Amino acid sequence: MTFGYLVRRLLAMILVLFVVTFAVFAITMILPGNAAIMILGEHGTDEAVAALERQLGLDRPWYVQYIDWVAGVLQGDFGQSLRLSLPVSEVVGAAFWNSAALGAAALIGVTLVAIPLGVLAALRRGTAADLGIGLFSYIGASMPEFVTATLLLLLLAGPATGYLPAGGFVPLSESVGGFAAHIVLPATTLGLILIAHISRQVRSEMSDVLGSDYIRAARLKGLSERRVIRRHALPNSLAPAVAVIALDVGYLLGGIIVVEEIFAWPGLGRLLIYALENRDLPVIQAVTLLLAAVYAISNLIADIVIAILDPRVRYA
Amino acid sequence: MPSAFRTATGMTGLILLTLVMGAALFGPLIAPYDPQAFHPAARLQGPSAAHWLGTDQFGRDLLSRLLHGAPSTVFFGLGATFLGVGAGTIIGVIAGTAGGWIDSVIMRVLDGLLAVPELLFALLIVTFLGGGVTQAMLAVAIAFTPGMARIARSSVLSIRTREYVLAAIARGEAASYIVMREVLPNAIGPIIVEATIRVAFAIMIGATLGFLGLGAQPPSTEWGLMVAEARQFMFRNAWTVAVPGVAIAMAAMGFNLFGDALRDSLDPRRSH
Repeated sequence: MTFGYLVRRLLAMILVLFVVTFAVFAITMILPGNAAIMILGEHGTDEAVAALERQLGLDRPWYVQYIDWVAGVLQGDFGQSLRLSLPVSEVVGAAFWNSAALGAAALIGVTLVAIPLGVLAALRRGTAADLGIGLFSYIGASMPEFVTATLLLLLLAGPATGYLPAGGFVPLSESVGGFAAHIVLPATTLGLILIAHISRQVRSEMSDVLGSDYIRAARLKGLSERRVIRRHALPNSLAPAVAVIALDVGYLLGGIIVVEEIFAWPGLGRLLIYALENRDLPVIQAVTLLLAAVYAISNLIADIVIAILDPRVRYA
Repeated sequence: MPSAFRTATGMTGLILLTLVMGAALFGPLIAPYDPQAFHPAARLQGPSAAHWLGTDQFGRDLLSRLLHGAPSTVFFGLGATFLGVGAGTIIGVIAGTAGGWIDSVIMRVLDGLLAVPELLFALLIVTFLGGGVTQAMLAVAIAFTPGMARIARSSVLSIRTREYVLAAIARGEAASYIVMREVLPNAIGPIIVEATIRVAFAIMIGATLGFLGLGAQPPSTEWGLMVAEARQFMFRNAWTVAVPGVAIAMAAMGFNLFGDALRDSLDPRRSH
């Protein structure tokens, strides 16, 4: 990995995030339901609304508000929540770690299930196992999170079975078992769609590798099948899968919004829906920017991983 | 029929798509009941001879509601994709043919917009537009535009240096002729494949927005809304959520499988 490549990618990412701040600000600026009117209710007098707008700084030109906001963000200050009367950074900070825990649980689960499934499908190509895994992955890819979540709730959290809690959250510091019990259903919901995607990707990479000349050479050399798969085929087909997993963080970030809302998981997604319903602009801006930043960083990591694995990329 | 459609997955896709399109075209005509008619004596029933897929919390016939919801679901998926693909293709073709600083500026803006997950993007826009089916469709279309623009651009770039395009430039053809007659027809393949798969995604996002209360409003028969409305009764009658939920998955899966088979038939190297 050359230093220059890393710097170029880093600069590109910063530029992307800059565009995001502008886009986020533009969208939230034109949201209907002026924040001052939202806070005062429909019966606020025109004078009261004007006074509050002045107090919130909403009467200033948009570019002054934008520069002011970006300057704050750069210092870690996202302003004050309009609804919760707390600093946004405080509200968002707690939610961020809850979402991160959920996302990490989903990603770990996905990696443990999707890679073996993909490898199995590639090794048994054309058999019932391959078709079954393929069908499963298409079903997974075709179910929106709210459908998966509802069906899982029906199966595992209903009064008849009641294996798992239907929603809610227990802090890890309070009870490890409680935390784990509450994270299973949302993490599984998030994971299903990614298992579908990643196992398909691993299958296709593995199929390509198995048909390559160096695998034929390894077999002709008389290596055992187990050794051919473990030492030669697997490492070469997993590299692209790692990159795909990083890119799939984008799906995860979208899915987390719905899943947290359904399972009452107090993360960024649930916070965002609350903020959208209440037109809490500073919170909407902060959450959106944070989700975009996570996505941009995971893309950067994916690029670096690809560059380490494939030297041709660095000089492209 | 191209061989990619004769595989198990290709056939499944064709069958699902035929079912969904059939329901979209003829559903309201063949529905046995009025989808809004209350049957208080028959609330939350399982399947029976009278109600093939059971009834919901108001005793409304689930099969009839499903069939009445099919046209709007398919129309939503096709409409949002068509608008998003159209806008994205125009932007992508401009970037790809113009090159230079125009291309650079467009690409940097697209990169920024692509960093916002599509569902989040659609949520922000639908909130800004105020909720409702048309607004949700526009929101999905706008959320799709940056991704489609990027695909259209790279498709154009791969065509732009082909000999027949260089020949047209050398002949002194007008730029509009080159774009419309030489570049676009040859760049359209990957765009159509991506669009087909995106219909599935549009249906899923549309249903999700309906579920969150930001798309169709009651008493609409939109499938996502049906799931949302029935959720509090689902433990008394699982059919109320399972029927619309499975229908959404079947519609999305039909377009997914069809799109993948289409890709394989256009590019034989990809089919294993």
